[in-house]
Amino acid sequence: MLGLVNGSFYALLSLGLAVIFGLLGVVNFAHGAFYMLGAFAAYVGLEYLGVNYWWALLLAPLAVGVLGIIIERLFLRHLVTLEPIYGLLLTFGIALIAEGVMRSLFGASGKSYPVPALLRGGFNLGFMVLPIYRAWAIFASVVVCFTTWFLIERTHLGARLRAATENARLVQAFGINVPIMVMFTYGAGVALAALAGVLAAPVIQVSPLMGNSLVIVVFAVVVIGGMGSIMGAIVSGLALGMVEGLTKVVYPEASNIVVFVIMAIVLMWRPSGLFGKEP
Amino acid sequence: MRGSLIIYGVLVVLALLAPFIGIYPVFGMKLLCFAMFACAFNLLLGYTKMLSFGHAAYFGVSGYVTGWLMTVHGWGAIEGVAAGTAVSALLGLVIGAIAVRRQGIYFAMITMALAQLVFFVCLQASFTGGENGLQSIPRGSILGMVPLSNDLTMYYFVLVVFIVVYLLIRRIVESPFGQVLKAIRANEPRSISLGYKVDRYKLQAFVISAGIAGLAGSLKALVLGFVTLTDVSQGTSGEVILMTLLGGSGTFLGPVIGAGVVVTLQEYLSDLVGAWVSVIIGAIFVVCVMIFRRGFVGEISRLFARPGAAQPEKTQ
Repeated sequence: MLGLVNGSFYALLSLGLAVIFGLLGVVNFAHGAFYMLGAFAAYVGLEYLGVNYWWALLLAPLAVGVLGIIIERLFLRHLVTLEPIYGLLLTFGIALIAEGVMRSLFGASGKSYPVPALLRGGFNLGFMVLPIYRAWAIFASVVVCFTTWFLIERTHLGARLRAATENARLVQAFGINVPIMVMFTYGAGVALAALAGVLAAPVIQVSPLMGNSLVIVVFAVVVIGGMGSIMGAIVSGLALGMVEGLTKVVYPEASNIVVFVIMAIVLMWRPSGLFGKEP
Repeated sequence: MRGSLIIYGVLVVLALLAPFIGIYPVFGMKLLCFAMFACAFNLLLGYTKMLSFGHAAYFGVSGYVTGWLMTVHGWGAIEGVAAGTAVSALLGLVIGAIAVRRQGIYFAMITMALAQLVFFVCLQASFTGGENGLQSIPRGSILGMVPLSNDLTMYYFVLVVFIVVYLLIRRIVESPFGQVLKAIRANEPRSISLGYKVDRYKLQAFVISAGIAGLAGSLKALVLGFVTLTDVSQGTSGEVILMTLLGGSGTFLGPVIGAGVVVTLQEYLSDLVGAWVSVIIGAIFVVCVMIFRRGFVGEISRLFARPGAAQPEKTQ
């Protein structure tokens, strides 16, 4: 069950990563940092500003999304013509900055975020007690994931987005403002990460380092699912979270590495990932 | 050509005299170890355009192997370092074989994920000392004859190894093998169509690089007498990228200078500003990527190059 909770966070994060990669061609290393900032925004909001959980769920992604837009305008936009490696390195630097700033301000130790009153307690399923908050976190992530999938695959806006992924210059020639679209896509992808952070805040300790190790797992998830595939990102995120959860029960020592082992096996068998399209 | 000979001469003399002009030998050795590490990394990023985001794995694992053999089994310095290097090269062979199947950004992500796997193995294996790492590793002696416990002796030992490795890397890059690597850097599909088994060349370069990174890690374990999880962590992988990028990737001297700058910064800043070090490192990363992509050496050699002979920037 814990696995499925983690899996829903993996799904949210790898979804944002896949959307950003699809349109910008940037592997957003700062994704874990934005996840961390989302959780901290919720924590700071509650501690100092009196913003409750439900508002945080809305405001934290918004704030982090704006930050993402600023970063896109200031930095990422100027790297479009270069190799994707530079985007990775730039976002790596941004992740270091975000982590260092938060560590200087809040220290390295974890902060706890209370579960909102409405979602305390648990359902008794007979064989186990399911905490309501966990069920809510899974439910919320899955809804957000599929809404995003629907937006991209089934709406007019999504069609433009996918077209711009295929050939940005041509779409621009049709009179669609691609740079603006890119900007908001980055903001939205980053906001998804922040949303995952807020959802995760009551389940785990909020700490400056929480995004650091997670982002590498999410990278592995994305490599397994096939980069740029929206559905692949969601499905493999949920599935790998469950596999990890199961490993934690069966053989705890391996739970940290099982995702990477699976990645290695998948790569040997299908180098482009399970849902990948490119050769 | 004469200009670079003079530069090398000055650098070698400086390195020889360093302990006598106020540079603490342990700091000098640490610097040389990281410079060697960065040179190994540069062989991949600079000459084959493969961004390995997990080079700390080879650096750290060989440190652990050397430390463990020398502490627990009483091996000598040379045997211990050689064993560490060999294990790293082997690890490079395994990880490289998986990673070279993909290019560019995927290669980076795969090496990163597999290095994280190595990190967790080091965290949980028994011989690495887990969270504590290996402490008080003896320096041993060279084949039982020259003890290395003296900082000065150790310094010159490390310096000799460094110079040999540096010349070796130069030789590799300038060899026909190195030419093929550069061809792959310039245009991979074309190299394939010319009949080169590109994956095999890339894997060979990867193994060499991992081995040299391991050598650097082993020496570092001897110099400082400890190995910790930091050495295998992703932060160290990031640092070596920064050193190479800052100094100038694809230049011989760049990684050495980059390593010098980064190690010095860390040495003096960490007392001064605490957790802000990672902010500063991150900011240097951003500056490097945005406006300083050729690095120190790249920018300087561009200034001195004749206008017509300027290298085109590596863009697509």
